Amino acid sequence: MAEIRVQHLRKAFGDFVAVQDSNFVVEDGEFFVMLGPSGCGKTTTLRMIAGLELPTGGQILLGGDDVTMLRARERDIAFVFQLFALYPHMNVRKNIGFPLLAQGMPSAEIRTRVEETAKLLRIDHLLDKSVSGLAGGDRQRVALGRAIVRRPKCFLMDEPLGTLDTEFRDLMVHELRELHNRIHATTVYVTHDQMEAMSMADKIAVMNHGVIEQFGSPREIYDRPATMFVADFIGSPPMNFLGFGGGLAKGAKEIVVQGARVPVPEVREDIAPTDMALGIRPEHIRFDDASRLRGAIYGTEYLGTTQIVAVETADGIIKARVPAELRLSTGDHVGLALNSARLSLFDKGSGRAVRTAVHDTASERRAQHG
Amino acid sequence: MADVHIKNVTRSFGDHVAVSGLDLRIADGEFVVLLGPTGAGKTTTLRLIAGLERPDAGTIEIGGHDATTLSPAERDTAFVFQQYSLYPHLSVFDNLAFPLRSPARRMPEDQIRRRVEEVARMVRIHHKLANRSTKLSGGEMQRVAIGRALVRKPAIYLMDEPLSSLDAKLRADLRLELKRIQSELGATMLYVTHDQIEAMTMADRIGILADGVLVQIGSPRAIYSEPANLHVAARLGQPAINLLPAGLLPDGGAPAGTRTIGARTEHLAIEKATNGHADGVVDWVEHLGDQNHLHVTVGPKKLVTLTDPDTDLAQGDRVVIRYRSPLYFGADGQRLM
Repeated sequence: MAEIRVQHLRKAFGDFVAVQDSNFVVEDGEFFVMLGPSGCGKTTTLRMIAGLELPTGGQILLGGDDVTMLRARERDIAFVFQLFALYPHMNVRKNIGFPLLAQGMPSAEIRTRVEETAKLLRIDHLLDKSVSGLAGGDRQRVALGRAIVRRPKCFLMDEPLGTLDTEFRDLMVHELRELHNRIHATTVYVTHDQMEAMSMADKIAVMNHGVIEQFGSPREIYDRPATMFVADFIGSPPMNFLGFGGGLAKGAKEIVVQGARVPVPEVREDIAPTDMALGIRPEHIRFDDASRLRGAIYGTEYLGTTQIVAVETADGIIKARVPAELRLSTGDHVGLALNSARLSLFDKGSGRAVRTAVHDTASERRAQHG
Repeated sequence: MADVHIKNVTRSFGDHVAVSGLDLRIADGEFVVLLGPTGAGKTTTLRLIAGLERPDAGTIEIGGHDATTLSPAERDTAFVFQQYSLYPHLSVFDNLAFPLRSPARRMPEDQIRRRVEEVARMVRIHHKLANRSTKLSGGEMQRVAIGRALVRKPAIYLMDEPLSSLDAKLRADLRLELKRIQSELGATMLYVTHDQIEAMTMADRIGILADGVLVQIGSPRAIYSEPANLHVAARLGQPAINLLPAGLLPDGGAPAGTRTIGARTEHLAIEKATNGHADGVVDWVEHLGDQNHLHVTVGPKKLVTLTDPDTDLAQGDRVVIRYRSPLYFGADGQRLM
């Protein structure tokens, strides 16, 4: 297994710049997810790491070696496209062993490797069964087995769960992460699904228009989004924005939104007067009649333990996640109380987050953990 | 709009019984969602109501009249398919107007214009009325397809997973819109899906279908909190309900014959063990942002519950777990009261 280091990576197709100056390090054994909408450059980046696409500029180091110009098969990686394409006429053992057979490994060695792999995936009791008779989950495990049996330096996966039913996908997400916890293989995983990214990743890079907007742990990205794009892309429902005007002074602890004073984390930089946005996660809103920030209920979505309530305010719809016991009706007027410690502030023009007290706890935490 | 009454309807294809003895009454203005996996009989039910399939047995009444033998055209239903099928050579406006321009209707053009504009605003496509339908994004095309059903005021709208091909964000927006449009119109709607979130958030009543049989029907709250059996309990809730063998944890209140205990987040009190005794060990706290999952190992079983993002529980912590009025199931899988 190995570290992957990407330096000033760039890829252009004619006039179109697919990836602009990407820089990141995937540490040995890390599960790294590249997340973004289609066309953001995530698959192109993955294909460059795999050697299926040559960069226009920059470098890729695999375990310290420069592989930028090496061919795909010289890189010792495993590329998993879709996890469920199996050879229907072969049994489980042959399906898993196929990549080793193709490499010309002696059959005794193949046997040992296949059995080890099957044990790891807890399908050793199925080795001599035909794959066509297997349940969905076991088929996926066989497909995974075929990917890991070669023990490559790293795994590259391009939306491997893209076409599955939601329920089954949730299952496979946990399966993949658990497997990772057991084998700690450096993994680069591409998806447009933020839930998959949040569930599996040690680190996430959120990409947009060929640029990495933020690189960090799922928690950092969720709690301290660097841009409005990231804030909106992560979370279900995503972060809410309420516009407000004027500048901000270093040390400010309060803003005025729709005529209501809202306490915010202490501002750490001066911002000249411009259009700003207050960012609020749905779970950081409570209903409180005393609040001057008001709206009317537009609709509710019952989810069992919680519900999502859409509230129409003077500045559009805000979604709150509240306990399901709360009985609310469309048209009801409510006051919105916000969890001040968890709010984000953005410069609407650039989309960039304003530095606040929320960010110093982050750097302290980093310092503590070295 | 009208009520629809399906009485003891069965439909087989060769040896395969797709729909078996189905009884379902959809009230005028009601939004019913049928939830089930692929092959449960959802689409067949819709096709039976639309008249695209004939039942082998049973009757279908629409607006109080027996429609069992009527042709699709005589039934006055509007169908939205999973894959939007628009007329590629027509503009958005003409696609929406198409059902109103059928020779049988003879609707005056100014009336058509008014109706199309009204519906276009409802599905938020009014700014693109002049566009060719092929120039739209997937989400916009599906909104046009839904709008094309809505321009008519049929007895019932039949929708077959209309949101499944859309991305997550758009799906969330359209869920809310569709529910709102339906209640504004007072439309009778039968909607089928395999997505529990769609069922929970939009339905007045959810019908759980399994292997062609309607297992339970009721309000989302009733189905969620009072599932008839293990199958229904497992279909709703994220994370999925924990199904634990009786006796694994202290279960004083369990009725006689309890084999399995169903525990969702709200049925569990989990606290850090202070002294010697512990029921389980925290495996991992999964931070998903808005939802945080606590994974706990209890003997041979694993539990998953929602937890506070700022929980002080951490991997390796020993915990005491108590039930808080959980669900009890007997050996046959039925819930015990």
